[in-house]
Amino acid sequence: MAAKPKLHYFNARGRMECIRWLLAAAGEEFEEQFIESPQDLEKLKNDGSLLFQQVPMVEIDGMKLAQTRAILNYIASKHNLYGKDLKERALIDMYSEGIADLSEMILQLPLCPPNERGAKLALIKEKATGRYLPVFEKVLKSHGQDYLVGNKLSKADIHLVELLYYLDEIDSSLLASFALLKALKTRVSNLPNVQKFLQPGSQRKPPLDEKTLEKAKKIFNIK
Amino acid sequence: MVAKPKLYYFHGRGRMESIRWLLAAAGVEFEEEFLETREQYEKLQNDGHLLFGQVPLVEIDGMMLTQTRAILSYLAAKYNLYGKDLKERARIDMYADGTLDLMLMIAGTAFKPPEEKETNLASILEKAKTRYLPVFEKVLKDHGENFLVGNNFSWADIQLLEAILMVEELDASILSDFPLLKAFKTRISNMPTIKKFLQPGSQRKSPPDSHYVKVVRDVLQF
Repeated sequence: MAAKPKLHYFNARGRMECIRWLLAAAGEEFEEQFIESPQDLEKLKNDGSLLFQQVPMVEIDGMKLAQTRAILNYIASKHNLYGKDLKERALIDMYSEGIADLSEMILQLPLCPPNERGAKLALIKEKATGRYLPVFEKVLKSHGQDYLVGNKLSKADIHLVELLYYLDEIDSSLLASFALLKALKTRVSNLPNVQKFLQPGSQRKPPLDEKTLEKAKKIFNIK
Repeated sequence: MVAKPKLYYFHGRGRMESIRWLLAAAGVEFEEEFLETREQYEKLQNDGHLLFGQVPLVEIDGMMLTQTRAILSYLAAKYNLYGKDLKERARIDMYADGTLDLMLMIAGTAFKPPEEKETNLASILEKAKTRYLPVFEKVLKDHGENFLVGNNFSWADIQLLEAILMVEELDASILSDFPLLKAFKTRISNMPTIKKFLQPGSQRKSPPDSHYVKVVRDVLQF
């Protein structure tokens, strides 16, 4: 029996959360090894496990994969969440990259100096409602299908719904004028694997609190 | 007859250069439309071609593709430069993403304030020497093959050559501790399509200068 994938990261969302979402949505059970101290990270580096000395790193199918996108693309392909041909994959990638850009802004927010946070938050809300959400609302409207690409669930839908949850945490009124996105969020949330992942006690991680942030800064030597 | 791919970007490297390299290495002829004014950019937006309001934009096979990595992955798959199976593709993705990270760091320095440029560049060269180049030297050493993945030419090899040349422009001696990368550089540079792309007069672009930075700032208004 194949070993379960093993995720190496610290015990928080960060750059690993989208991988957790995708594995969960795909129904692939996974284990986690949390980096709790600088020593834990050093050990991984010294073992030669981290290709570019960075995490996320996922042990899966005999490989030690680094680079978030490489990991996500592998999981998506493996579980048929990547469209039926090259053109669908290009669309899925294009949508996923846009989602990643906005998600990156949200990810960086806790690292922002307190006096800049207000402006950054305002920028995130502006980009969400002005640039990103309208695009996906329009895609869904244009074909009237249940999912973004090829009338089938793909990684793009999962990444988008994850993002919608984060936007909701930031400001629950952000999704107000996006009826089709709200429907997508409900639809994907109701898929059995996703529903399970959304329950308390799952491997889904909560928003970053001060304590976890301080710990992460120590581990990764961020000032 | 199939239309040639058409690239919409500034007349410089930026985020489009890796795409030019991939097309050139694959032996695919392409056209370019250079963004010089805000009006051109706004026209592209108003025509609905820029999905998230951004370039690079590549018109190919009836699609208006944006997002650098989406474009690169599509081209790599289309031109059989993506390995023979999922696992090879994962490794190619991993290597290509790493080199792209490095190259985008370098591309970003042109836009940093003058007082930050030197330290920024020094830090990038440090990363190149200690984080990125040793990895690829080791990959080549471990399998002793001519190419990074699966004993076959792939997108990962093209990106690595591009990154090596870019870093060498900043520090000509950067490969002094990496004999296999030196051999790799020679070997890949001599492949016919790449050799052609490395000639003067090709569509390869020069490093960013102050004029390039000004045009980008004017067009994108930042």
